[in-house]
Amino acid sequence: MTARTVLQPADISRALTRISHEILESNRGGSDLVILGIPTRGIELARRIGAILDEIEPGSGSVGFLDVTMYRDDLAGQPTRAPSPTQIPSGGVNGKTVVLVDDVLYSGRTIRAALDALGDYGRPRAVRLAVLVDRGHRQLPIRADFVGKNLPTSSEERIRVRLRDTDGVEEVTIES
Amino acid sequence: MRHLLSTRDLDRATAVGILDVAEDMADVAHREIKKLPTLRGKTVINLFFEDSTRTRTSFELAAKRLSADLITFSAKGSSVSKGESLKDTAQTLAAMGADAVVIRHSASGAAQTLARSGWIDAAVLNAGDGTHEHPTQALLDAFTMRRRLHGSASRGKDLDGLRVTIVGDILHSRVARSNVWLLQALGATVNLIAPATLLPVDTSGWPATIGFDLDTAIDDDPDVIMMLRIQSERMNAAFFPNAREYSRQWGLDDERLARLRPDTMVMHPGPMNRGLEISANAADSARSTVLEQVANGVSIRMAVLYLLLSGSVKP
Repeated sequence: MTARTVLQPADISRALTRISHEILESNRGGSDLVILGIPTRGIELARRIGAILDEIEPGSGSVGFLDVTMYRDDLAGQPTRAPSPTQIPSGGVNGKTVVLVDDVLYSGRTIRAALDALGDYGRPRAVRLAVLVDRGHRQLPIRADFVGKNLPTSSEERIRVRLRDTDGVEEVTIES
Repeated sequence: MRHLLSTRDLDRATAVGILDVAEDMADVAHREIKKLPTLRGKTVINLFFEDSTRTRTSFELAAKRLSADLITFSAKGSSVSKGESLKDTAQTLAAMGADAVVIRHSASGAAQTLARSGWIDAAVLNAGDGTHEHPTQALLDAFTMRRRLHGSASRGKDLDGLRVTIVGDILHSRVARSNVWLLQALGATVNLIAPATLLPVDTSGWPATIGFDLDTAIDDDPDVIMMLRIQSERMNAAFFPNAREYSRQWGLDDERLARLRPDTMVMHPGPMNRGLEISANAADSARSTVLEQVANGVSIRMAVLYLLLSGSVKP
Protein backbone atom coordinates (compact mmCIF):
# COMPACT_ATOMS: atom_id res chain seq x y z
CA MET A 1 0.00 0.00 0.00
CA THR A 2 1.34 3.40 -0.93
CA ALA A 3 0.15 6.70 0.49
CA ARG A 4 0.50 9.99 -1.32
CA THR A 5 -0.16 13.29 0.41
CA VAL A 6 -2.38 15.53 -1.69
CA LEU A 7 -3.23 18.30 0.79
CA GLN A 8 -0.86 19.78 3.36
CA PRO A 9 -2.04 21.70 6.45
CA ALA A 10 -1.61 25.03 4.64
CA ASP A 11 -3.68 23.76 1.68
CA ILE A 12 -6.45 22.67 4.03
CA SER A 13 -6.65 25.97 5.86
CA ARG A 14 -6.57 27.91 2.56
CA ALA A 15 -9.41 25.74 1.26
CA LEU A 16 -11.47 26.31 4.41
CA THR A 17 -10.89 30.07 4.23
CA ARG A 18 -11.97 30.12 0.58
CA ILE A 19 -15.05 27.99 1.32
CA SER A 20 -15.99 30.37 4.15
CA HIS A 21 -15.78 33.37 1.82
CA GLU A 22 -17.83 31.56 -0.80
CA ILE A 23 -20.48 30.70 1.77
CA LEU A 24 -20.78 34.36 2.80
CA GLU A 25 -20.82 35.46 -0.81
CA SER A 26 -23.58 33.10 -1.89
CA ASN A 27 -25.60 33.83 1.27
CA ARG A 28 -25.07 37.60 0.79
CA GLY A 29 -23.71 37.95 4.32
CA GLY A 30 -23.74 35.94 7.51
CA SER A 31 -27.37 36.23 8.58
CA ASP A 32 -29.53 33.16 9.20
CA LEU A 33 -26.64 30.82 8.50
CA VAL A 34 -26.32 27.44 10.24
CA ILE A 35 -23.22 25.30 9.72
CA LEU A 36 -23.80 21.61 10.46
CA GLY A 37 -20.92 19.14 10.51
CA ILE A 38 -21.48 15.48 9.74
CA PRO A 39 -19.57 13.15 12.13
CA THR A 40 -16.81 12.41 12.49
CA ARG A 41 -14.51 14.81 10.67
CA GLY A 42 -17.24 17.07 9.36
CA ILE A 43 -17.65 18.29 12.94
CA GLU A 44 -14.13 19.67 13.15
CA LEU A 45 -14.37 21.14 9.66
CA ALA A 46 -17.68 22.82 10.56
CA ARG A 47 -16.15 24.30 13.72
CA ARG A 48 -13.24 25.70 11.77
CA ILE A 49 -15.44 27.15 9.04
CA GLY A 50 -17.64 28.65 11.78
CA ALA A 51 -14.59 30.27 13.39
CA ILE A 52 -13.44 31.76 10.06
CA LEU A 53 -16.96 33.06 9.33
CA ASP A 54 -16.99 34.68 12.74
CA GLU A 55 -13.68 36.42 11.99
CA ILE A 56 -14.90 37.75 8.67
CA GLU A 57 -18.34 38.75 9.87
CA PRO A 58 -18.64 38.63 13.66
CA GLY A 59 -21.80 36.87 14.84
CA SER A 60 -22.35 34.93 11.65
CA GLY A 61 -22.55 31.17 11.42
CA SER A 62 -23.84 29.17 14.35
CA VAL A 63 -22.29 25.72 14.33
CA GLY A 64 -23.77 22.34 15.22
CA PHE A 65 -23.50 18.75 14.17
CA LEU A 66 -25.90 16.30 12.62
CA ASP A 67 -25.61 12.54 13.03
CA VAL A 68 -26.99 10.59 10.10
CA THR A 69 -26.47 7.01 11.33
CA MET A 70 -30.16 6.30 11.89
CA TYR A 71 -31.01 7.46 8.37
CA ARG A 72 -28.45 5.43 6.44
CA ASP A 73 -29.61 3.01 3.77
CA ASP A 74 -26.84 0.49 4.46
CA LEU A 75 -27.60 -0.36 8.09
CA ALA A 76 -28.67 -3.90 7.27
CA GLY A 77 -25.60 -4.87 5.30
CA GLN A 78 -22.94 -3.91 7.82
CA PRO A 79 -21.99 -4.45 11.45
CA THR A 80 -24.10 -2.35 13.80
CA ARG A 81 -22.99 1.26 13.79
CA ALA A 82 -22.98 3.27 16.98
CA PRO A 83 -24.78 6.56 16.47
CA SER A 84 -23.18 9.79 17.63
CA PRO A 85 -24.83 12.85 19.13
CA THR A 86 -26.61 15.54 17.18
CA GLN A 87 -26.55 19.15 18.28
CA ILE A 88 -28.67 21.72 16.50
CA PRO A 89 -27.90 25.38 17.43
CA SER A 90 -30.53 26.89 19.72
CA GLY A 91 -32.14 28.93 16.94
CA GLY A 92 -33.13 25.74 15.15
CA VAL A 93 -33.05 25.32 11.37
CA ASN A 94 -36.47 26.63 10.39
CA GLY A 95 -36.10 29.31 7.72
CA LYS A 96 -32.30 29.21 7.93
CA THR A 97 -29.71 28.49 5.26
CA VAL A 98 -28.06 25.30 6.40
CA VAL A 99 -24.60 24.40 5.15
CA LEU A 100 -23.81 20.71 5.61
CA VAL A 101 -20.08 20.04 6.03
CA ASP A 102 -18.35 16.73 5.41
CA ASP A 103 -14.78 15.67 4.74
CA VAL A 104 -15.13 13.53 1.61
CA LEU A 105 -17.97 13.44 -0.91
CA TYR A 106 -18.07 10.03 -2.58
CA SER A 107 -21.27 8.06 -3.31
CA GLY A 108 -23.53 10.84 -1.98
CA ARG A 109 -25.41 8.42 0.26
CA THR A 110 -24.31 10.09 3.49
CA ILE A 111 -25.62 13.40 2.20
CA ARG A 112 -28.91 11.77 1.19
CA ALA A 113 -29.21 10.51 4.78
CA ALA A 114 -28.28 13.96 6.11
CA LEU A 115 -31.03 15.61 4.06
CA ASP A 116 -33.57 13.18 5.52
CA ALA A 117 -32.26 13.72 9.04
CA LEU A 118 -32.34 17.50 8.62
CA GLY A 119 -35.98 17.34 7.52
CA ASP A 120 -36.89 15.86 10.89
CA TYR A 121 -35.45 18.87 12.70
CA GLY A 122 -37.33 21.49 10.75
CA ARG A 123 -37.63 23.16 7.36
CA PRO A 124 -34.55 25.13 6.33
CA ARG A 125 -34.92 27.85 3.70
CA ALA A 126 -32.08 26.30 1.72
CA VAL A 127 -29.54 23.53 2.22
CA ARG A 128 -26.01 23.77 0.82
CA LEU A 129 -23.16 21.32 0.88
CA ALA A 130 -19.50 22.03 1.61
CA VAL A 131 -16.85 19.28 1.40
CA LEU A 132 -13.10 19.30 1.78
CA VAL A 133 -12.59 16.70 -0.95
CA ASP A 134 -14.83 15.64 -3.82
CA ARG A 135 -13.56 12.34 -5.16
CA GLY A 136 -16.30 11.59 -7.68
CA HIS A 137 -18.12 8.25 -8.17
CA ARG A 138 -21.52 9.61 -7.23
CA GLN A 139 -24.38 7.11 -6.98
CA LEU A 140 -27.08 9.71 -6.38
CA PRO A 141 -27.98 13.05 -7.99
CA ILE A 142 -26.10 15.10 -5.39
CA ARG A 143 -23.37 17.69 -5.84
CA ALA A 144 -21.41 19.97 -3.54
CA ASP A 145 -21.83 23.76 -3.58
CA PHE A 146 -18.44 24.42 -2.01
CA VAL A 147 -15.49 22.14 -2.67
CA GLY A 148 -12.02 22.32 -1.12
CA LYS A 149 -10.40 20.19 -3.79
CA ASN A 150 -11.61 17.95 -6.57
CA LEU A 151 -9.62 14.72 -6.54
CA PRO A 152 -10.34 12.36 -9.43
CA THR A 153 -9.76 8.87 -7.99
CA SER A 154 -10.31 5.27 -8.89
CA SER A 155 -12.74 3.45 -6.63
CA GLU A 156 -9.97 1.11 -5.46
CA GLU A 157 -8.13 4.04 -3.91
CA ARG A 158 -8.85 5.26 -0.43
CA ILE A 159 -8.95 8.90 0.56
CA ARG A 160 -7.89 9.54 4.09
CA VAL A 161 -8.55 12.87 5.76
CA ARG A 162 -6.77 13.54 9.03
CA LEU A 163 -7.35 16.72 11.00
CA ARG A 164 -5.45 18.48 13.74
CA ASP A 165 -7.96 18.16 16.63
CA THR A 166 -9.40 14.77 15.71
CA ASP A 167 -6.26 12.91 14.64
CA GLY A 168 -3.30 14.96 15.87
CA VAL A 169 -1.93 15.37 12.35
CA GLU A 170 -3.35 17.27 9.44
CA GLU A 171 -3.23 15.98 5.88
CA VAL A 172 -5.23 14.40 3.09
CA THR A 173 -3.71 11.29 1.54
CA ILE A 174 -4.59 8.89 -1.25
CA GLU A 175 -3.84 5.27 -0.44
CA SER A 176 -3.74 2.65 -3.13
CA MET B 1 -25.77 -8.76 20.25
CA ARG B 2 -28.16 -11.43 19.08
CA HIS B 3 -30.63 -11.48 21.99
CA LEU B 4 -31.01 -9.59 25.25
CA LEU B 5 -31.86 -12.19 27.85
CA SER B 6 -29.90 -11.32 30.95
CA THR B 7 -27.66 -8.54 32.22
CA ARG B 8 -25.20 -11.24 33.26
CA ASP B 9 -24.12 -11.50 29.62
CA LEU B 10 -23.16 -7.80 29.48
CA ASP B 11 -19.59 -6.69 30.11
CA ARG B 12 -18.76 -3.11 30.98
CA ALA B 13 -17.98 -1.95 27.45
CA THR B 14 -21.19 -3.44 26.03
CA ALA B 15 -23.30 -1.97 28.81
CA VAL B 16 -21.75 1.50 28.45
CA GLY B 17 -22.27 1.17 24.69
CA ILE B 18 -26.00 0.51 25.14
CA LEU B 19 -26.32 3.47 27.51
CA ASP B 20 -24.50 5.72 25.02
CA VAL B 21 -26.83 4.75 22.18
CA ALA B 22 -29.73 5.46 24.53
CA GLU B 23 -28.36 8.99 25.05
CA ASP B 24 -28.73 9.60 21.32
CA MET B 25 -32.20 8.06 21.33
CA ALA B 26 -33.21 10.35 24.20
CA ASP B 27 -32.53 13.37 21.98
CA VAL B 28 -35.28 12.22 19.60
CA ALA B 29 -37.91 12.98 22.25
CA HIS B 30 -37.01 16.68 22.05
CA ARG B 31 -37.21 17.07 18.29
CA GLU B 32 -39.89 18.44 16.09
CA ILE B 33 -40.45 15.01 14.52
CA LYS B 34 -40.08 12.31 17.15
CA LYS B 35 -39.45 9.49 14.76
CA LEU B 36 -36.49 7.80 13.09
CA PRO B 37 -36.75 5.75 9.90
CA THR B 38 -34.15 3.25 11.09
CA LEU B 39 -36.21 0.07 11.54
CA ARG B 40 -38.59 0.58 8.64
CA GLY B 41 -39.86 -2.76 7.42
CA LYS B 42 -38.92 -4.66 10.58
CA THR B 43 -41.61 -6.36 12.60
CA VAL B 44 -41.52 -6.35 16.38
CA ILE B 45 -43.91 -8.52 18.35
CA ASN B 46 -44.72 -7.79 21.96
CA LEU B 47 -45.62 -11.06 23.61
CA PHE B 48 -47.00 -10.34 27.07
CA PHE B 49 -48.11 -13.31 29.12
CA GLU B 50 -48.18 -11.15 32.24
CA ASP B 51 -49.80 -7.81 32.97
CA SER B 52 -47.70 -4.74 32.40
CA THR B 53 -48.33 -1.08 31.76
CA ARG B 54 -45.03 0.70 31.54
CA THR B 55 -42.85 -2.00 30.03
CA ARG B 56 -45.35 -2.85 27.31
CA THR B 57 -46.19 0.74 26.37
CA SER B 58 -42.54 1.67 26.60
CA PHE B 59 -41.55 -1.06 24.14
CA GLU B 60 -44.47 -0.05 21.88
CA LEU B 61 -43.39 3.56 21.86
CA ALA B 62 -39.75 2.61 21.30
CA ALA B 63 -40.59 0.40 18.32
CA LYS B 64 -42.86 3.06 16.83
CA ARG B 65 -40.29 5.84 17.24
CA LEU B 66 -37.92 3.68 15.21
CA SER B 67 -40.58 3.09 12.51
CA ALA B 68 -40.84 -0.67 13.12
CA ASP B 69 -44.18 -2.39 12.64
CA LEU B 70 -45.49 -3.53 15.96
CA ILE B 71 -48.03 -6.07 17.14
CA THR B 72 -48.87 -6.57 20.78
CA PHE B 73 -50.14 -9.90 21.99
CA SER B 74 -51.31 -10.21 25.54
CA ALA B 75 -52.27 -13.53 27.05
CA LYS B 76 -55.78 -12.29 27.67
CA GLY B 77 -57.62 -12.11 24.40
CA SER B 78 -55.23 -14.34 22.45
CA SER B 79 -55.08 -18.08 21.82
CA VAL B 80 -52.92 -18.43 24.91
CA SER B 81 -56.08 -18.26 26.99
CA LYS B 82 -57.33 -21.22 24.96
CA GLY B 83 -54.34 -23.23 26.13
CA GLU B 84 -51.84 -22.74 23.30
CA SER B 85 -48.28 -23.58 24.32
CA LEU B 86 -45.35 -21.17 24.18
CA LYS B 87 -43.87 -23.24 21.36
CA ASP B 88 -46.98 -23.02 19.20
CA THR B 89 -47.41 -19.32 19.88
CA ALA B 90 -43.75 -18.72 19.02
CA GLN B 91 -43.94 -20.70 15.80
CA THR B 92 -47.08 -18.86 14.78
CA LEU B 93 -45.27 -15.58 15.24
CA ALA B 94 -42.22 -16.87 13.36
CA ALA B 95 -44.45 -17.84 10.46
CA MET B 96 -45.72 -14.26 10.38
CA GLY B 97 -42.14 -13.05 9.92
CA ALA B 98 -41.27 -11.41 13.22
CA ASP B 99 -37.80 -9.86 13.40
CA ALA B 100 -37.86 -9.39 17.15
CA VAL B 101 -39.97 -10.81 19.94
CA VAL B 102 -40.29 -8.96 23.21
CA ILE B 103 -41.45 -11.47 25.77
CA ARG B 104 -42.77 -11.17 29.30
CA HIS B 105 -43.67 -14.41 30.99
CA SER B 106 -44.38 -15.59 34.51
CA ALA B 107 -41.97 -18.52 34.15
CA SER B 108 -38.30 -17.90 34.85
CA GLY B 109 -36.28 -18.83 31.78
CA ALA B 110 -39.11 -18.38 29.28
CA ALA B 111 -37.05 -15.93 27.22
CA GLN B 112 -34.04 -18.28 27.17
CA THR B 113 -36.27 -21.12 26.07
CA LEU B 114 -37.61 -19.05 23.23
CA ALA B 115 -34.15 -17.88 22.17
CA ARG B 116 -32.34 -21.20 22.36
CA SER B 117 -35.06 -23.65 21.31
CA GLY B 118 -34.75 -23.02 17.60
CA TRP B 119 -38.52 -22.45 17.31
CA ILE B 120 -37.92 -18.98 16.00
CA ASP B 121 -34.91 -17.14 14.61
CA ALA B 122 -36.01 -13.64 15.62
CA ALA B 123 -34.08 -11.62 18.18
CA VAL B 124 -35.52 -12.23 21.65
CA LEU B 125 -35.77 -9.46 24.23
CA ASN B 126 -36.51 -10.47 27.76
CA ALA B 127 -39.05 -8.04 29.20
CA GLY B 128 -39.25 -9.90 32.51
CA ASP B 129 -39.32 -13.65 33.09
CA GLY B 130 -40.75 -14.84 36.39
CA THR B 131 -38.35 -14.07 39.21
CA HIS B 132 -35.28 -14.30 36.98
CA GLU B 133 -34.35 -11.14 35.07
CA HIS B 134 -35.66 -7.89 33.62
CA PRO B 135 -32.62 -6.54 31.75
CA THR B 136 -34.11 -3.41 30.16
CA GLN B 137 -35.30 -2.26 33.60
CA ALA B 138 -31.76 -2.57 34.98
CA LEU B 139 -30.37 -0.74 31.95
CA LEU B 140 -32.82 2.13 32.35
CA ASP B 141 -32.03 2.29 36.08
CA ALA B 142 -28.31 2.52 35.31
CA PHE B 143 -29.05 5.11 32.61
CA THR B 144 -31.07 7.18 35.11
CA MET B 145 -28.27 7.00 37.69
CA ARG B 146 -25.67 8.00 35.12
CA ARG B 147 -27.74 10.95 33.93
CA ARG B 148 -28.34 12.21 37.47
CA LEU B 149 -24.61 11.96 38.16
CA HIS B 150 -23.13 13.34 34.95
CA GLY B 151 -25.98 15.16 33.18
CA SER B 152 -25.25 15.88 29.55
CA ALA B 153 -21.65 14.70 29.95
CA SER B 154 -22.79 11.10 30.56
CA ARG B 155 -21.52 9.54 27.35
CA GLY B 156 -18.80 6.97 27.83
CA LYS B 157 -19.02 7.02 31.63
CA ASP B 158 -19.60 4.03 33.90
CA LEU B 159 -20.84 3.97 37.51
CA ASP B 160 -17.52 3.37 39.22
CA GLY B 161 -17.70 3.75 42.99
CA LEU B 162 -21.45 4.41 43.12
CA ARG B 163 -23.06 2.85 46.21
CA VAL B 164 -26.52 1.45 45.59
CA THR B 165 -28.85 0.02 48.22
CA ILE B 166 -31.74 -2.11 46.99
CA VAL B 167 -34.49 -2.65 49.55
CA GLY B 168 -37.44 -5.01 49.70
CA ASP B 169 -38.62 -8.21 48.12
CA ILE B 170 -35.33 -9.49 46.72
CA LEU B 171 -36.66 -13.06 46.61
CA HIS B 172 -39.23 -12.41 43.91
CA SER B 173 -37.54 -9.48 42.22
CA ARG B 174 -36.21 -9.88 38.70
CA VAL B 175 -35.42 -6.17 38.79
CA ALA B 176 -33.03 -6.71 41.71
CA ARG B 177 -31.31 -9.64 39.98
CA SER B 178 -30.78 -7.76 36.74
CA ASN B 179 -29.57 -4.71 38.64
CA VAL B 180 -27.10 -6.66 40.77
CA TRP B 181 -25.28 -8.01 37.71
CA LEU B 182 -25.42 -4.86 35.63
CA LEU B 183 -24.37 -2.52 38.43
CA GLN B 184 -21.48 -4.82 39.20
CA ALA B 185 -20.40 -4.76 35.56
CA LEU B 186 -20.55 -0.96 35.60
CA GLY B 187 -18.41 -0.70 38.73
CA ALA B 188 -21.03 0.16 41.35
CA THR B 189 -21.34 -1.66 44.67
CA VAL B 190 -24.68 -3.11 45.67
CA ASN B 191 -26.12 -3.60 49.13
CA LEU B 192 -29.31 -5.65 49.41
CA ILE B 193 -31.65 -5.06 52.35
CA ALA B 194 -34.61 -7.33 52.99
CA PRO B 195 -36.45 -9.28 55.62
CA ALA B 196 -34.76 -12.68 55.96
CA THR B 197 -37.88 -14.32 54.54
CA LEU B 198 -37.67 -12.29 51.34
CA LEU B 199 -34.07 -13.20 50.48
CA PRO B 200 -33.17 -16.12 48.21
CA VAL B 201 -31.84 -19.18 50.03
CA ASP B 202 -28.42 -18.88 48.43
CA THR B 203 -26.94 -15.53 47.48
CA SER B 204 -23.31 -16.60 47.87
CA GLY B 205 -22.58 -16.13 44.16
CA TRP B 206 -24.07 -12.64 44.01
CA PRO B 207 -21.73 -9.66 43.79
CA ALA B 208 -23.57 -7.83 46.58
CA THR B 209 -23.56 -7.44 50.34
CA ILE B 210 -26.64 -8.50 52.26
CA GLY B 211 -28.24 -6.77 55.23
CA PHE B 212 -31.50 -6.92 57.12
CA ASP B 213 -31.78 -3.48 58.67
CA LEU B 214 -32.82 -0.50 56.56
CA ASP B 215 -31.83 2.06 59.21
CA THR B 216 -28.23 0.83 59.28
CA ALA B 217 -28.17 0.95 55.49
CA ILE B 218 -29.40 4.56 55.51
CA ASP B 219 -26.77 5.48 58.12
CA ASP B 220 -24.18 4.14 55.66
CA ASP B 221 -25.14 7.04 53.38
CA PRO B 222 -25.86 5.33 50.03
CA ASP B 223 -25.80 7.30 46.77
CA VAL B 224 -28.89 5.49 45.49
CA ILE B 225 -31.70 3.81 47.36
CA MET B 226 -33.95 1.62 45.24
CA MET B 227 -37.24 0.48 46.77
CA LEU B 228 -38.76 -2.68 45.32
CA ARG B 229 -42.44 -3.35 45.03
CA ILE B 230 -44.07 -5.82 47.38
CA GLN B 231 -45.36 -8.29 44.81
CA SER B 232 -48.61 -9.51 46.29
CA GLU B 233 -49.29 -11.61 43.15
CA ARG B 234 -46.23 -13.75 43.85
CA MET B 235 -46.77 -13.99 47.61
CA ASN B 236 -48.26 -17.42 48.08
CA ALA B 237 -47.06 -17.65 51.67
CA ALA B 238 -46.84 -15.21 54.53
CA PHE B 239 -43.40 -13.64 54.28
CA PHE B 240 -44.03 -10.95 56.88
CA PRO B 241 -46.70 -10.56 59.55
CA ASN B 242 -48.63 -7.69 57.96
CA ALA B 243 -48.23 -4.68 55.72
CA ARG B 244 -47.96 -2.22 58.59
CA GLU B 245 -45.07 -4.08 60.13
CA TYR B 246 -43.28 -4.34 56.76
CA SER B 247 -43.77 -0.66 56.17
CA ARG B 248 -42.41 0.25 59.61
CA GLN B 249 -39.26 -1.82 59.23
CA TRP B 250 -38.46 -1.77 55.50
CA GLY B 251 -40.52 1.06 54.04
CA LEU B 252 -38.99 4.39 53.01
CA ASP B 253 -41.12 6.66 55.19
CA ASP B 254 -40.84 10.41 55.73
CA GLU B 255 -38.51 10.08 58.71
CA ARG B 256 -36.05 7.88 56.80
CA LEU B 257 -36.34 10.11 53.75
CA ALA B 258 -35.24 13.10 55.86
CA ARG B 259 -32.07 11.26 56.85
CA LEU B 260 -30.94 10.82 53.22
CA ARG B 261 -28.58 13.33 51.59
CA PRO B 262 -30.38 15.89 49.40
CA ASP B 263 -28.80 14.33 46.31
CA THR B 264 -29.42 10.69 47.18
CA MET B 265 -31.48 9.17 44.38
CA VAL B 266 -34.71 7.46 45.41
CA MET B 267 -35.64 4.93 42.75
CA HIS B 268 -38.59 2.62 42.27
CA PRO B 269 -39.24 0.40 39.25
CA GLY B 270 -42.99 0.90 39.57
CA PRO B 271 -45.82 0.30 40.01
CA MET B 272 -45.56 1.79 43.50
CA ASN B 273 -47.54 0.73 46.55
CA ARG B 274 -47.65 4.15 48.13
CA GLY B 275 -47.63 3.93 51.91
CA LEU B 276 -46.25 0.38 51.87
CA GLU B 277 -42.67 0.27 50.58
CA ILE B 278 -42.47 3.99 49.80
CA SER B 279 -44.26 6.99 51.28
CA ALA B 280 -46.04 9.48 49.06
CA ASN B 281 -43.56 12.20 50.09
CA ALA B 282 -40.61 10.03 49.13
CA ALA B 283 -42.19 9.13 45.79
CA ASP B 284 -42.89 12.76 44.93
CA SER B 285 -39.72 14.34 46.34
CA ALA B 286 -37.00 15.91 44.22
CA ARG B 287 -34.80 12.94 45.09
CA SER B 288 -37.23 10.59 43.40
CA THR B 289 -36.34 9.46 39.87
CA VAL B 290 -39.54 7.49 39.26
CA LEU B 291 -40.77 9.52 36.31
CA GLU B 292 -37.28 9.90 34.83
CA GLN B 293 -37.05 6.12 34.93
CA VAL B 294 -40.21 5.86 32.84
CA ALA B 295 -39.01 8.43 30.29
CA ASN B 296 -35.57 6.82 30.11
CA GLY B 297 -37.18 3.42 29.60
CA VAL B 298 -38.26 4.45 26.11
CA SER B 299 -34.72 5.56 25.20
CA ILE B 300 -33.16 2.36 26.52
CA ARG B 301 -35.65 0.18 24.64
CA MET B 302 -35.06 2.13 21.44
CA ALA B 303 -31.32 1.57 21.88
CA VAL B 304 -31.73 -2.15 22.47
CA LEU B 305 -34.11 -2.61 19.54
CA TYR B 306 -31.72 -0.69 17.31
CA LEU B 307 -28.70 -2.73 18.41
CA LEU B 308 -30.52 -6.05 17.99
CA LEU B 309 -32.24 -5.30 14.71
CA SER B 310 -29.70 -3.38 12.67
CA GLY B 311 -26.50 -4.76 11.28
CA SER B 312 -25.82 -8.12 9.69
CA VAL B 313 -22.95 -9.38 11.83
CA LYS B 314 -24.35 -11.03 14.91
CA PRO B 315 -21.76 -12.89 16.98
